[in-house]
Amino acid sequence: MFTAQDYKKGQPRWCPGCGDHFFLASLHKAMAEIGVAPYDTAVISGIGCSSRLPHYMATYGMNTIHGRAAAIATGCKVANPRLTVWQVSGDGDGLAIGGNHFIHANRRNIDLNMILLNNRIYGLTKGQYSPTSPRGFVSKSSPYGTVEDPFRPAELCFGARGHFFARAVATDAPGTIDILKAAYAHKGSSVCEILQNCVIFNNGTHDSVYSKEGRAKNAIYVQHGKPLVFGENNEYGLVQEGFGLKVVEIVKDGYTLDDVLVHDAHCEDNTLQLKLALMGDGDGFPIALGVIRDVEAPTYNDAVEAQIEEVKAKKPYHTFAELLETNDIWEVK
Amino acid sequence: MADTLEVKELDQVVVRFSGDSGDGMQLAGNIFSTISATVGNSISTFPDYPADIRAPQGSLTGVSGFQVHIGADQVFTPGDQCDVLVAMNAAALKTQYRFAKPGAAIIIDTDSFGPKDLEKAQFKTEDYLGEMGIDPDRVIACPLTTMVKDCLAESGMDVKSILKCRNMFALGLVCWLFSRDLDIAFNFLREKFAKKPEVAEANIRVIQAGYDYGHNTHSSVANVYRIETTHKVPGRYMDITGNKATAYGFIAAAEKAGLKLYLGSYPITPATDVLHELSKHKSLGVTTVQCEDEIAGCASAVGASFAGALGVTSTSGPGICLKSEAMNLAVIMELPLVVLDVQRGGPATGLPTKSEQTDLLQVLFGRNGESPMPVMAAISPTDCFDAAYEASKMALEHMTPVVLLTDAFVANGSGAFRLPNLEDYPAIRPPYVPEELKGSWTPYMRAENGTRYWAIPGREGFEHILGGLEKDDKTGAISTNPENHDLMTRKRAQKIANIPVPDLEVLGDKDDAELLIVGFGGTYGHLRAAMEEMRQKGHKVAMAQFRYINPLPKNTAEVMRRYPKVVVAEQNMGQLAAWLRMKVDGFVPYQYNEVKGQPFQTSELVASFSKLVNS
Repeated sequence: MFTAQDYKKGQPRWCPGCGDHFFLASLHKAMAEIGVAPYDTAVISGIGCSSRLPHYMATYGMNTIHGRAAAIATGCKVANPRLTVWQVSGDGDGLAIGGNHFIHANRRNIDLNMILLNNRIYGLTKGQYSPTSPRGFVSKSSPYGTVEDPFRPAELCFGARGHFFARAVATDAPGTIDILKAAYAHKGSSVCEILQNCVIFNNGTHDSVYSKEGRAKNAIYVQHGKPLVFGENNEYGLVQEGFGLKVVEIVKDGYTLDDVLVHDAHCEDNTLQLKLALMGDGDGFPIALGVIRDVEAPTYNDAVEAQIEEVKAKKPYHTFAELLETNDIWEVK
Repeated sequence: MADTLEVKELDQVVVRFSGDSGDGMQLAGNIFSTISATVGNSISTFPDYPADIRAPQGSLTGVSGFQVHIGADQVFTPGDQCDVLVAMNAAALKTQYRFAKPGAAIIIDTDSFGPKDLEKAQFKTEDYLGEMGIDPDRVIACPLTTMVKDCLAESGMDVKSILKCRNMFALGLVCWLFSRDLDIAFNFLREKFAKKPEVAEANIRVIQAGYDYGHNTHSSVANVYRIETTHKVPGRYMDITGNKATAYGFIAAAEKAGLKLYLGSYPITPATDVLHELSKHKSLGVTTVQCEDEIAGCASAVGASFAGALGVTSTSGPGICLKSEAMNLAVIMELPLVVLDVQRGGPATGLPTKSEQTDLLQVLFGRNGESPMPVMAAISPTDCFDAAYEASKMALEHMTPVVLLTDAFVANGSGAFRLPNLEDYPAIRPPYVPEELKGSWTPYMRAENGTRYWAIPGREGFEHILGGLEKDDKTGAISTNPENHDLMTRKRAQKIANIPVPDLEVLGDKDDAELLIVGFGGTYGHLRAAMEEMRQKGHKVAMAQFRYINPLPKNTAEVMRRYPKVVVAEQNMGQLAAWLRMKVDGFVPYQYNEVKGQPFQTSELVASFSKLVNS
């Protein structure tokens, strides 16, 4: 049995109030609850504020190069599938310079727990807009506002045929721990988007859900098999209308609890899951938190191992010396 | 009349098969070299194929060639010019005739020399032989397509499948020229098409028809050659290409080290065959991942090494540019990694299918920061095996990325490979962290030779974090301390400098040469052939071919200074010369530089070196 302390190392150097502090504490706790030994765990990050995280882990790990964490984690997991691999990136690391690796890790469905700490800004380079900054966002590199649309991480994950997507707010420890445990339990690539505040360069970016009160008003915790209700007294619900979703006030609007959609995270078709994941962009919908999609599918690393076993059983050569004998050989005496 | 035919005894002969890229010239050439190797001839082959995926049929750009050099004695190169040229169409004759020796026999398919074919090949008249100045007496002009169609008329095959057998007719004809035993070819085809016996039989019938045609019409050819075997090293042999030998070297090294072999790669000409070959051998536990890009190929191999595998990534020039960053990560994290660079013509996309040695300075220096990295270069197709084995051993034992350079010529060429016995190869012993250091170990503690210890995830008590940021020598924590960075930089450099490599070997007139020929990697065969030819002419010449480029052999400076004249010959604008001038004080060699994308021509080397000796 391990405690959170067993996964802790060093003194984090993030700015006071940075969302990364909250997330790190939740990760330590989640790992202790999961119970995989620190020596069987690898934490691999790229470059950026959040990518400093492995240095505060008493596990194996690497704080690598910008954008490549998913690719490096891929090699690590495929070469040594016994390891539990956590891959940690920020929005710049994971979705800008590392976007290609992000989508392909999802497509291949490698058993990686992929953490995306999203503060919608480049912090380490002191405040440039990131691929998740909203259109018109004013930053040091966009003094007149950006003229481009952001990525929405869930959309990218789903577009890459991702099978697991969950979201939590960094300050919400129980919510974060829940999705981390679910990501570990999910076999295959699991993306956890952590909404995280940068106090220096993008303060307040997730204000609507950063406090408990805010979440009560502006977020919906989705749970598989449970009706999609929210509000301080669960007085609101989501219903399907036409091709879209609609927020209704139960009873008042003439709807009963039976009319409210029941969340299905295991549904192969991701249409409604995507609608849930994209809610809350100032559109009158709550922001969805929790495990939005969690669908079983064959993992790349298992398939690689299975194929090796299958070919081993089929082919008569298993050593280098035996391999040589499979060629056309002649003898010179 | 076959009985009265004079068989010309040559000690070596070069055959070039050429045709449309879809004509199967490579297969015909491969079978011919296999047959020749089987009777004990030395062989060296060189495919010369177009960059276009499939250029228009019959066009000049769509011609591909496959050259086979067979000899009774050792052959070092695929030969400069051919004794027999097979040209399956007008475009092939037009583009490939320049590779034929004066007096070479030329086999053409007259069915592919119609008005349209001639127009596509940009002939001006119907007298194509006259236009090119070819003596018709040297030409075996045969309605090859018609005969193949007739031969398979009863087979029930469709026309397209029948036409695919044209290459076998040409092969049969060549086999007749060299008195080759067709049974070997038949067996080869029966094995290759084991699942399609009807295809095998059709091909066999066509080979026989080609052979018989040669037999029946021999009066039209002046010379018939036969190769006799005189030189043999006893042992069991197989034919192997450089790329396959490289793949085998990695497999052998991983097995010897008791580690999983992981290849992260992205398809790129001319390195892709290494990925193909390793992908086949899952029964040996080889893991290959075809990555999303070159970057991921290298990065994932670094991840695999961290996790305790032999991480390898394979590529060619443009890919090296993309891998540089992750290679550097392996430098600072001090993890084993082998980076295979099968060099091709550059810059940028350059000449993807052609051979050059233009990546040397890139792999030595093409990274940010002080980034020392061992570099090796394989000297022949069969040497690729040993070179890959040694590069892996070096990476694993010294905890460093190692670059292995080959090139398109070495990678695609082939030679007779004496089957190695792994027991004869040196053990591979990575510096695993000793158990007794548990509790006191930090990631940058070093063994006596300066190598960092390797702690593989899964071992309790050795949890640690590596990374791209500079680390403290003692604690392994991130450090920006100026003294520490200076110290770590020196330690990384010293670690590479400490790697023992064998002395540079001097061949030829090592005691009294007037001229030392120096090269590296894949030019070995041509430089050696040039040296032998000059010595036969009475010159005193020696040569030294570098396999180890960083660190250089300890006797490098001594050898470079030993001879009155030194010429560094390379397929670039002087990259090895520049490296040697940097490393050997006051050394100013002559240079022979050529960047044509083609292998050296021995005759040109001899002409140039002779001038140097006589000057």
